[in-house]
Amino acid sequence: MESNQYLDVFIDESKENLQVVNDGLLELEKDPSSLSIVDEIFRAAHTLKGMSATMGYEDLSDLTHKMENVLDAIRNEKITVNSSVMDVLLDSLEYLENMTADIAEGGAGSMNVETVVTQLKAIEKGEDLSQTEATSAVKGDESESSTSSVEGLTVDQFEQTVLEQAQTDGQNVYHITVSLSEDCLLKVARVYMVFEVLEQSGEVIKSVPTVDALENEEFENHFDLILVTTEQDEELKAKIMKVSEVREVSIKPFELEAEQSSGDKQITEENQTVSNDSNEQTEISNNQTNDQSTDQQKKAAGNKTIRVNIERLDALMNLFEEMVIDRGRLEQISEELNHNDLKGTVERISRISGDLQNIILTMRMVPIEQVFNRFPRMVRQLTRELGKDIDMQIEGAETELDRTVIDEIGDPLVHLIRNAVDHGVEMPEERKQKGKPAQGNMLLKAFHSGNHVFVEIRDDGQGINKEKVLNKAIENGVVSSDQASSLTDKQINELILASGFSTAQEISDISGRGVGLDVVKSTIESLGGSIEIDSEYGKGTTFSIQLPLTLSIISVMLVMIEEETYAIPLSSIIETAVIKRTDVMKAHNKEVIDFRGHIVPLVDLRQVFEVPSAKVEEESYYSVVVVRKGDQMAGLVVDSFIGQQEIVLKGLGDYLSNVFAISGATILGNGEVALIVDSNALIK
Amino acid sequence: MSEVIQDDKVIVFKLKDEEYGIPIEHVGSIERIFNITRVPRAPKFVKGVMNLRGVITPIIDLRERFGLETLEQTESTRIIIIHVDDKSIGVIVDAANDVVDVPQEKVEPSPEVVGAVNADYIRGVAKIDHRLLILLNLEKVLSVEEFDELSTID
Repeated sequence: MESNQYLDVFIDESKENLQVVNDGLLELEKDPSSLSIVDEIFRAAHTLKGMSATMGYEDLSDLTHKMENVLDAIRNEKITVNSSVMDVLLDSLEYLENMTADIAEGGAGSMNVETVVTQLKAIEKGEDLSQTEATSAVKGDESESSTSSVEGLTVDQFEQTVLEQAQTDGQNVYHITVSLSEDCLLKVARVYMVFEVLEQSGEVIKSVPTVDALENEEFENHFDLILVTTEQDEELKAKIMKVSEVREVSIKPFELEAEQSSGDKQITEENQTVSNDSNEQTEISNNQTNDQSTDQQKKAAGNKTIRVNIERLDALMNLFEEMVIDRGRLEQISEELNHNDLKGTVERISRISGDLQNIILTMRMVPIEQVFNRFPRMVRQLTRELGKDIDMQIEGAETELDRTVIDEIGDPLVHLIRNAVDHGVEMPEERKQKGKPAQGNMLLKAFHSGNHVFVEIRDDGQGINKEKVLNKAIENGVVSSDQASSLTDKQINELILASGFSTAQEISDISGRGVGLDVVKSTIESLGGSIEIDSEYGKGTTFSIQLPLTLSIISVMLVMIEEETYAIPLSSIIETAVIKRTDVMKAHNKEVIDFRGHIVPLVDLRQVFEVPSAKVEEESYYSVVVVRKGDQMAGLVVDSFIGQQEIVLKGLGDYLSNVFAISGATILGNGEVALIVDSNALIK
Repeated sequence: MSEVIQDDKVIVFKLKDEEYGIPIEHVGSIERIFNITRVPRAPKFVKGVMNLRGVITPIIDLRERFGLETLEQTESTRIIIIHVDDKSIGVIVDAANDVVDVPQEKVEPSPEVVGAVNADYIRGVAKIDHRLLILLNLEKVLSVEEFDELSTID
């Protein structure tokens, strides 16, 4: 099957559907009686089933199908949701996710799912035997395409009138069932072609599923419609069969409700449903109009987004960056030429490209939800393994971050959350003894502030035992006992992030697999972010992570050292100052200044960067950029300040990956390269 | 690059009095020198980085690399941008002005000692007409290991 081109779309959509199922299941666990949630899960599972069957992933569609049966039973209130049912459903979901992952990696998505299938079947049967019938009905729905769907073909009052009118006019009214071949890829296109054929010969009065649903591919392999035409059925059949990938067409005269004379079994059956319950009829038509309107809404929403390969966005970004550089050049030239028209045009270009920059940057932004939404299930699973009880809340999942940051932030967060579940929150009995509610609370929160996004993980667990941390740190040689006595509480807390530190008494399966929290810290710092810990012993701990909104464009302060231009990220600058030479003091043979009551050491960038110096005479004033790293500060001595600027961050490349105190480079308006100072490396 | 492909096309460049050849498929472009930004604390032979059409490209000075005395830039000084192992690197040469076909049979293994250059860098020597071409083993000239080794010496 030539399905490679669809594979990416399939995988993306499967992931989305699985996510919907995941969210729904967790929601359902909280509110087991809510049938609307079940509906939602059911729809997602159904779509997944259809798609995987189309793509030929039998195992995936089989398991989804079994899951769907259970969901259907829940929906029809034949099974009540309890935690064992939820466990099995979540297990199946995990299998499905693994299968999808396998497919994404080029596998066949096959997997031994026997245990979970048996469990699903047991649930399905265990509660209510009538369930088996429902199952077979669903199964029948798949295999016998033409018969089962007839039930859906009822007509409302208006259509009834139209049909009666047509019949009195001597036209034929046909009920046509078209089945597409199983491996048909472009179902929508085939439907469209069939409709085109039919509309040439007559008028389509009604179709099941609705036209909108058909256009959205929300059907299996067959659909039904009522056609008013002057042509004969054989003729029609031949025409429809000409459309490729149509497997079967069955055409029967459609009998109206009023004329119950026909002996056709199917139609009597159908008429029964119609006449037995006229309420149902209106209900169905109501449903259909509802469906139509939701479909339209869906369609409208669908039109608003398209999928774009991230590589294309990166390419666009790169091109734009080059344009920004050329824009700088253009501005310079127009300044020099001083030509009015040119100036005006250049200003316009500058403005437009400024807007463009905003759009491109926001295009790369994705909600942090993508990372967050896998956590509730993880926490649920962990708490079960550990016998704890934790309620996890998520706030601000809609907060947006640059794609590159999102890709990197997942692992550190997993680590921190596991850590909080494992070491932070106590066992229920222990909590009760301490006078806390047995259920622990955990809050995962994201929010914007300025040019940064903050992510907080808060738990109401046991907090950090400072004494234990200190002892351990001294023991492991992270700090000396002399240093230890002068540390603030915050500094002690942050010791748990230091490398070579792990307080867990025994290595558990969940956290402490040899990689400590120092990995978390270094990952976050490599993203240009920082992490802080706030903890009260016995009450709980808050990890607060600060992340840059985007990695590719940052604000910097440009400074000169001799003839060389350097950029210092604004995020680490506290302020700039010009200091008299006479105000510089010496401590331990190092130059320090008194900066607003703090003793701040000076770092002469000229020395650090070994700038070739032409000047000999000492200046009587120092230009100092005061930067910070956590609570520590340093004054970077430069020759002069140029000013603040937005720059495009670029790497120095693999070849020069480990240059001391340089985190990257950027291209200035004049085409020159300026290096970006990594002030974190300059503060010890 | 252990065996030589038949009829190599090489770009010929000059360093001091000698001519060197690098396979044309490794050469991205030949540029004039402009605005190189020094990278502090980098090995001595790394001149710095340059903006090459929006890509930050490290530039190394081959004279420095081969232990030849440095020379002021002249009109003919060029930067050859070469691609090795997905990396783009510029090398500064005295002049680059020729493309030559090197038949395989003209290539001889490198003599034990050629000037001060470590023979590791040299793939072979080709004598074509009256010219002697030193064929470089680019991976070796630019390899990160070599680079690390040298930077620690620095």
